[in-house]
Amino acid sequence: MQYFWLIILTTGLIGTLQAGDISQSVTTPPPPEPSIAQGNSLAVDNLLGLPPVPIPADNPQSPAKIALGDKLFHDKRFSIDGTVSCANCHDDKKAFTDNLQVSVGHHGLTGTRNAPTVLNAAFYKSQFWDGREPTLEAQSKGPFVNPVEGGLANHQPILDIVRSDPAYQSAFKEAFSITDQKVTIDHVAKAIASFERTLVSGNSAFDRFYFKGDKAALSDQQQRGLKLFLEQGRCVSCHVIEQNQALFTDSRFHNIGIGINAVQQDITRLAQAFLEAKNKGGDVDKIVLTDKKSSELGRFAVSDALADIGGFKTPTLRNIALTAPYMHDGSLKTLKEVVIHYNNGGVTPAGGKVNDFLSGGIRPLNLTDTQIDDLVAFLQALTSAQYAQPTATAVAQ
Amino acid sequence: MTTINNSRRNFIKTGGVLALGTTLPISLVELAFADATENFTFAYISDAHIQQIKGTHFVRNWDKGLIRAVAETNLLTPKPDFVIFGGDLAQLGSKPELDHGAEMLSALSHKVYHVMGEHDYYLDLGEYWEKLFGPQFYSFDHKGVHFVVLNSIRTYDDWTYKRWPTAEQRMLEMAGLDNPNGSPFMVGDEQRKWLKADLDKVAKSTPIVVFSHSPLQKIYKGWNFWTEDAEQIQALLKPFSKVSVIYGHVHQIQYNQIGNISFNSVMATAWPWPYPSTYAQAEQYLPKLTVPMNRADPFFERDATGWQFINVANGHVDLNFTLYNNSERAVRFNAKTKRPEDSAYQADTSRIPPQSHY
Repeated sequence: MQYFWLIILTTGLIGTLQAGDISQSVTTPPPPEPSIAQGNSLAVDNLLGLPPVPIPADNPQSPAKIALGDKLFHDKRFSIDGTVSCANCHDDKKAFTDNLQVSVGHHGLTGTRNAPTVLNAAFYKSQFWDGREPTLEAQSKGPFVNPVEGGLANHQPILDIVRSDPAYQSAFKEAFSITDQKVTIDHVAKAIASFERTLVSGNSAFDRFYFKGDKAALSDQQQRGLKLFLEQGRCVSCHVIEQNQALFTDSRFHNIGIGINAVQQDITRLAQAFLEAKNKGGDVDKIVLTDKKSSELGRFAVSDALADIGGFKTPTLRNIALTAPYMHDGSLKTLKEVVIHYNNGGVTPAGGKVNDFLSGGIRPLNLTDTQIDDLVAFLQALTSAQYAQPTATAVAQ
Repeated sequence: MTTINNSRRNFIKTGGVLALGTTLPISLVELAFADATENFTFAYISDAHIQQIKGTHFVRNWDKGLIRAVAETNLLTPKPDFVIFGGDLAQLGSKPELDHGAEMLSALSHKVYHVMGEHDYYLDLGEYWEKLFGPQFYSFDHKGVHFVVLNSIRTYDDWTYKRWPTAEQRMLEMAGLDNPNGSPFMVGDEQRKWLKADLDKVAKSTPIVVFSHSPLQKIYKGWNFWTEDAEQIQALLKPFSKVSVIYGHVHQIQYNQIGNISFNSVMATAWPWPYPSTYAQAEQYLPKLTVPMNRADPFFERDATGWQFINVANGHVDLNFTLYNNSERAVRFNAKTKRPEDSAYQADTSRIPPQSHY
């Protein structure tokens, strides 16, 4: 029956959807009977709207490894002053972000970028805002040794702890069948990544509306917002919704006029200085988190490509209502400010000069105030049921 | 030669893509060639088609393409010696369009040479364009290379002067594709006479680079990928040992070798043209066809457009294409085969087969 589903194009070209047609409910088959054990039905529900979690062949999931990763993720000892764990900036109670403009590392030092949620990070094709690491495993090793995050000179202090702490000794033995000197930072990274691959969450009001045909799941305003999301707002061009799943990201990099607009007069100097520093052996991870202006070069810092100047990865929009403030630099406080930024054609405040390298897809949207509110209402329907309650206070921010 | 070695180290460190021009190279030109002093680069931006909608309102997409090409050209190190704008700055040749385009180009920190396109010409036959940019055809010398700029988009006097009730209609008729009312481009008697006299003063061993808007070869008449007196121009260029012709107009990558003359096209900043079906199917007399970007993604408004910087090495030109949302491309002169070759698609087995529909 799938071929009868309404095909919602990911290219944002459709212009003729009728209001009542947005839900796929009319032709969506009933959800599969819960033939799986009843006790699993909650877990199945939480993944509604998501594809299967990609698991690398060299790092299969196991309960022991996930539990170890959980423990490592929350261990503050893996920092120079013993105060910073992964969970500082990716707080379980704040939808795995920190609700700060930019994150705070050891001794109160701040970086240049807003902590993205770990929720559903497992689906990204690259990690960090500029995609400078390909996997969760590779990503997890960076913050420990970044000068404004964990602040460690190298990974040795972590290994000293996990090789000597009895609890870790048995946990690594159980997860990887290794002990002592055989435990390396790669095992630490694999365990953390395995834990992060459990932090996946679908089942928002949108998912129930769109994939299960629950008409009541979205308010009228949210349904209007969805239509705008797919059509006039053209959000779906990058925040992808597919026929049977929605990751709300294209895992690509776009210059949307955030951060880079402010340094646009300086791009020539910044780009050349950055490349020279990189050629002399400069560490991209350190440069982009400690030098605000160079940081705004975005993906260019990784790829050296002119087309990537000021480009940052498209973040998922799942649980977006919980993860304020927004954008790679945390510069926009509310979802409404974000929508207005796009409506302005990639510039805040309206009428400012857009940078010359703006991505082609970003252009003025001509949305009315009501339409902007409708879109924001829709974005608030992307919160997963399992995170809706405990973090309700975050919405107020 | 130490600098060359340093460059090579940097080149390797940054991932080996510098030579394709995807980057801000620390040392771009000197990498590839033995005698660095002989080589230089220039950038080529073409076919911006700046289009007025009303008053100060212009088509945003075309504006953005030119703005971006200018900004990226300004980032190139080493700085190109000059910039060529390859014609069709305007869409319908009006003063507001030419003024707006000239204003955007004024951000370039380089000397700019202009080539006349038909979209610049057929409203007032180049009168206002001349005020902004100077003569319609001319030549200059740079580092031992003789450069010639031709206005190749003129046509029969009867069509130009006697056919149309208004200048506006003349402009619109020439702007159309597959238009039965159109007329083939040509350089014409006046310029060919001038060209002959100009070339007579140049030693036959001097490398010659000719800039024209239309191809100085015959590819596809319906879209004026064509110059009516191409053979006569080619005959004038034949006595020289190294000749390159670089043209815009076609909004796609083409390259070809006819005798001693290498032909290269440049990309548009405005929009891409697909390869005409008749052109794609023909097996001979045509530039080597490669089609990895004949379908633009409508979301990425810069898709399949771009600009290029050109390295003049030992008198031959190598074109490095900067193409948004596409792989960078390079067409270089191969000294062994004595013709331009696409660095990625030259072998039949590494080519993407042409599409038979559009």
